[in-house]
Amino acid sequence: MPMLTEFGKIFIFLLTAILFVVVAVVAAKLIRPSRPTREKLLTYECGENTEGTPWVKFNIRFYVVALIFLIFDVEVVLLIPWAMVYQSFGFSGYIVGVIFLLLLGLGMAYEWRKGDLEWERPKIVPPVLAEKMNLEKPDQLTPKEISI
Amino acid sequence: MINNAQEFYNALPILIIGTGILISLLIEIYAEKRKIFQPWISIIIFIAAGSYALLSIEQKSTLFMNMLATGGNVNVFYFIFTFGAAVVTLLSINYLKKYGANYGEFYILVQLSVLGMMLMAGAKDLIVIFLGLELMSVSFYALAGINRKRLKSNEASLKYFLLGAFTTGFTVYGIALIYGTVGSTSIDLIAEKFIELSNNFLFITGLLLFFIGFSFKIAAFPFHMWVPDVYQGSSTTVAGLFSTGGKAAAFSAILITLGALFTAGGAHTFTPYLAVLAVLSMLYGSIVAIAQSDIKRMLAYSSIAHAGYLIIGLAAGNYQGIAGIIFYLAAYTFMNLGAFGIVSLIEGEEEANLDIKSYAGLAAKYPMLAALLSICMFALAGLPPLAGFFGKYYIFIAAIKADLTWLAIVGVFSSAISVYFYLRIVVLMYFKESEKDFVVAHNSTGLLAVIISVLLVIVFGVAPGTIINLISSFL
Repeated sequence: MPMLTEFGKIFIFLLTAILFVVVAVVAAKLIRPSRPTREKLLTYECGENTEGTPWVKFNIRFYVVALIFLIFDVEVVLLIPWAMVYQSFGFSGYIVGVIFLLLLGLGMAYEWRKGDLEWERPKIVPPVLAEKMNLEKPDQLTPKEISI
Repeated sequence: MINNAQEFYNALPILIIGTGILISLLIEIYAEKRKIFQPWISIIIFIAAGSYALLSIEQKSTLFMNMLATGGNVNVFYFIFTFGAAVVTLLSINYLKKYGANYGEFYILVQLSVLGMMLMAGAKDLIVIFLGLELMSVSFYALAGINRKRLKSNEASLKYFLLGAFTTGFTVYGIALIYGTVGSTSIDLIAEKFIELSNNFLFITGLLLFFIGFSFKIAAFPFHMWVPDVYQGSSTTVAGLFSTGGKAAAFSAILITLGALFTAGGAHTFTPYLAVLAVLSMLYGSIVAIAQSDIKRMLAYSSIAHAGYLIIGLAAGNYQGIAGIIFYLAAYTFMNLGAFGIVSLIEGEEEANLDIKSYAGLAAKYPMLAALLSICMFALAGLPPLAGFFGKYYIFIAAIKADLTWLAIVGVFSSAISVYFYLRIVVLMYFKESEKDFVVAHNSTGLLAVIISVLLVIVFGVAPGTIINLISSFL
């Protein structure tokens, strides 16, 4: 029998994983009774009744927050190994770590200064008010106009 | 880590650009009022880094525990990137105001992309190549959409990002397979084990996947779909950067890996694949460019064709081929930047005057612009006294020496086709009556940038021997 390479072992692992899922799902399908009701077919939302579709537009700010999170995430991931061994690095290792932190700090300063850490209030005007103000596009209002 | 002063001096071009990015970022956030200095600072940074790279060209060394190489042709690439980016920045100063995208971030992103390119050119390790590739690509995605209020710019950015991210996947898979078979990402070690592994299916697949990832960046035929749309949608000066710096950087990375394999004796493993890619890119680019009525799309297809000529040099698989590619890239960078520069000067507000019919009768109104554009077009077409001719000449000679005469013939045939659409612009400018009336706004910095690149094209054309000898001496 030819020896398995390391990739071969991973292949067997993948195959087992796929088989496990397929066998479990098919066996369950064969064994269980099937009595669907409307309640059962609804999406499970932690016991609450479902409300609308999940395909809605999310506020773009969520993505900005995710990006900001990324900076600190990377910072932690790279700083932990550095912190573990930095005594043996000596002074130059310390300087390298400080330079890294300064670079990240500059990124942070950029975000702060550009106002990405502020969560802007969405400028939504109730339709009635928009009608009263004789405006066609309520989403293009400036904050000043809202305060009327 | 930098261990001694000499290593520090050799890494200086990269460090200068890195410092420049930080300075520009600080200006952007803390000195809003000094924003007008932003482009000038980045130009000074580029010229300083490029000049230092040229001055220290003789000092070959490896840095950071065999991660980066400096000196020799790496510095030639540094020169191409930095001076190309300096020309782009100079062109952009007034153009961005016209285009409605005068953000300080533009200059930071250009510097970041140049840093990425430099890492790619100097890499001695696949991981560093990948790092540089991503740094360059991510900056490019943002640059393509720099005018976020314009729909086409957004489309270009998204298209470039989605396809770019997809092909980055190929590169990563390739690196993973190479690492899996060789057990290291160091290019020297990969080259050492090349002969031993050349029958290993996974290793060859990995190398091909790695190459496919870069075929996207150099806009070779089956991976060219994004080129016309992205060049058309993004601002003209940025498109100039994509077609020159981006292409040169991707080629530099390919040359590093393949060049290492050449010394290991694997020069002709990929010749059939590369030859097919070259023929398809050249013919497709040249033939489809004829049908274009938008000058930016025409230049985009011409850039596909030029990728084809460059791949001939790779297919030849000898040192003349590599030297030819480096010379061609230097020449192509400046002639293409000249052409894109003139297009950006003539382009009116709201992307007017991009139709090639706008160029009719230009010589009577603006003889200077017409003459400069003609030189760029002659150079791109590959007519003798200019840089483009010698670039093609060296590459075709390399192909003939590698017994690929048919490939050189296809190349000559394809450049004969391409003469049609390049010279059509010249004919329109000099022999046709003007159809529409428009005024080209005075833009001294843009004109200066174009003149610099045209002068470089002429210098490369007048003294090709000295330059090619310099490049060959480092191989």
